[in-house]
Amino acid sequence: MEQNVFSGLKILAFSWAMVGPLTMKFFADYGATVIRIETSKRPCVSRTSAPYRDGKPGINRSGYFNHFSANMYSMALNMAHPLALEVAKKLVAQVDVVSENFTPGVMEKWGLGYEDLVKIKTDIIMLRQSGFGSKGPYRDLAAFGMTLAAIAGFPNFIGWPDREPLPVGVGAYTDGISPRYAAAALIAALDYRDKTGRGQLIELAQFETALSFILPGILDFAANGREPVRSGNAVPYAAPHGVYPCKGEDKWCSIAVFNNQQWVRLCEVIGGPEYIEDAMFATLLERKKHEKALDAIISDWTKGQAAEDVMTRLQAAGIPAGVVKNAAELYNDPQLRKRNIFWPLPHSEMGEFTHLGTSFELSDTPAQPYMPSPCLGEHTAYVCTEILGMPDAEFIELVQEGVFE
Amino acid sequence: MAALLQGKAMLSGCRALDLTDEKGFLCGKILADLGVDVIKIERPGGDPSRRIGPFWHDIPDPEKSLYWFSYNSSKRGVTLDIETADGREILKRLAKTADFVIESFAPGYMDRMGLGYGALKEISPRIVHISITPFGQKGPYKDFQGSDIIVMGMSGIPYLTGDSDRPPLNISLPQSHLLAGADGAVGAMVAHYHRERTGRGQHVDVSMQQSTAWFLANTLPYWEMSETNLGRVGAMRSMNARESTQRQVWPCKDGYVFFFMLGGETGAKPFRRLVKWMDNEGMGDEYLRNLRWEELDMGTVTQDVLDHIAKPIGAFFLTRTKKEVLEAAIERNISLCSLSSMEDLVGDRNLRDRNFWIDIDHPELGGKLPYPRQFAEMSAQSISTRFRAPLIGEHNGEVYGEIGLSLKDLVVLKQAGVI
Repeated sequence: MEQNVFSGLKILAFSWAMVGPLTMKFFADYGATVIRIETSKRPCVSRTSAPYRDGKPGINRSGYFNHFSANMYSMALNMAHPLALEVAKKLVAQVDVVSENFTPGVMEKWGLGYEDLVKIKTDIIMLRQSGFGSKGPYRDLAAFGMTLAAIAGFPNFIGWPDREPLPVGVGAYTDGISPRYAAAALIAALDYRDKTGRGQLIELAQFETALSFILPGILDFAANGREPVRSGNAVPYAAPHGVYPCKGEDKWCSIAVFNNQQWVRLCEVIGGPEYIEDAMFATLLERKKHEKALDAIISDWTKGQAAEDVMTRLQAAGIPAGVVKNAAELYNDPQLRKRNIFWPLPHSEMGEFTHLGTSFELSDTPAQPYMPSPCLGEHTAYVCTEILGMPDAEFIELVQEGVFE
Repeated sequence: MAALLQGKAMLSGCRALDLTDEKGFLCGKILADLGVDVIKIERPGGDPSRRIGPFWHDIPDPEKSLYWFSYNSSKRGVTLDIETADGREILKRLAKTADFVIESFAPGYMDRMGLGYGALKEISPRIVHISITPFGQKGPYKDFQGSDIIVMGMSGIPYLTGDSDRPPLNISLPQSHLLAGADGAVGAMVAHYHRERTGRGQHVDVSMQQSTAWFLANTLPYWEMSETNLGRVGAMRSMNARESTQRQVWPCKDGYVFFFMLGGETGAKPFRRLVKWMDNEGMGDEYLRNLRWEELDMGTVTQDVLDHIAKPIGAFFLTRTKKEVLEAAIERNISLCSLSSMEDLVGDRNLRDRNFWIDIDHPELGGKLPYPRQFAEMSAQSISTRFRAPLIGEHNGEVYGEIGLSLKDLVVLKQAGVI
């Protein structure tokens, strides 16, 4: 494996669902050895979620888990087994970071709270990301990304005026937010440790990191006493601004006009130069007033054309426009294809499968697809013998005891 | 100011020049919270992004944009016109003192100004240059116009958001800017870690489209593995590839509860606690009580069963307020949440208990505003929102003084429209 930014760094990851693994991706994709502790006794919810390869369920066949787990090692260790803690402690002694995203108390129950870890390795860095944090009255409430997005207020900004507030379509939206903050904090802590020799405890609450993403709404309430109003795709500062129907089933193109120049060009492209000076549409204030009529005019023009053509024609005229893409279109998106976001890798049970790559690109030390997503326990022997230096006899004994299930 | 920039913050001693508009604010904000001295550089007269609402007391003034406040706190601010020769020279002098340069101009603009990564690297090989744009620095869409609704649509979330009988929906607070900004901060930190070990900086290319498309949960595998394009399900969550659906948005007495049922052992525990709560409140239901929840497989469950479960629960929620539901969920550990209003969030007892909100003074406005105190709690260092966003050119004297410009120089530069 060629050298990358985090080569040599070792992280022990106790992860559940997506927040943990997505955080770890930022390290594994740049060369860190991320050892994920799992057990077949209680496999991660992402391993037991559809879709499965060929529709056949199996802990190594989930497209959901395997999508975002490239470059990670999997060690099977059943923490409920009485001998597991000793193995885990030996691992702690060998790593730089312990990461976890359970509800508070789980790590303590196993004897792996921060105080316990420091006794094993004085400069350990522990990263914790629960739903609500380890202190405070909500700490024990089990949370999912979808329910966290609700308590953080996101659905207030999603919906039509005449209908109910809605979740973000990807469900666990906040699962994509917290890992970024966590990774930034963890790298800062690693840098600090390298310079001072001191480790530390980092704690994030997913509820709290999500709030930064709606802060203008909160300040609007604090300053003006205003609550958000659901407004579909309309915004106060632009018209047209929406998603318009195109040729085909469920095909759409979004269009947004922010200034007079774009408005004039739009009228020209849609073959309606008369609208440029039309009293109903000539100014933003008038367009906002007659937005429904305006949207009808635009829709009349878009609905006979392919979304791709609408986008291309408008973009050629300098007007913001874009196909509203479904999964198939994202896979084939010519722009994303030029980026490092899709990693097709051969997987022993999945066959050739597209793993999630990186969300940003570094010029000199790019993220690399080192290896496919792991099967559960695939690296148990490697970790025990290579990283822990465990004698074969001891390893076999522990296998027979059922520690590595 | 100097005192505020010191202390235990992790990256104190580092400096970032932040030339972004709203597309990239969050990158510098995260670095600033980590202790970096972030200098927001605006054009003379103020950045156009100060026109983004909402505004303090609804007064549309560039010094009253709540959007600007949200993502520029903990940064210092100067004005500088980098399209003038003097402005470019000053930027280069600042770059000599900087560890990070963050910008969100159209691809190629910085190069045309003679300030692209190639030029900055000449000035300081340590510099990490972060570019945040709608589609990135390369590829066929790099020159496309991309506002939030455009980029979001091209990244997959709106296609999945909204009701099936209506157009795809965007989130009305721009999210692609924030996802990209946060990625910019992570990229900056990865590059920083590398730079601290090798002395070499690099370029970080962030695309709002890529940052947004990076988190689509199981959407992409569904297509790759079964040629299923997941679609919009509105308030209903689709089970087993759209064959049956269950409600995830439940009206209650004064708002909404967000809740969905999981099968098997994982779902059984919270579900039984909910059923018990309903029993205690005299609204128990025979069907729910007798349900063999552990055996229920959400991959094969029928619509009929889901409807039988939903009916009494829905009726029960309608008799309770959102606060009552949330409090019961906390007390009984039922994995649901109610939808918070902005008022709920400001007063939320968990956030208050954790001292999450920090009221920061805006003396010019004669008031305070609540900001997130910190995005993470770190035992060895303090990271926090330190001070309000800068006024236009607020730190010109201070910052330009630090690179040796005299007051006399500043008077000249001001008159020439450079600062």
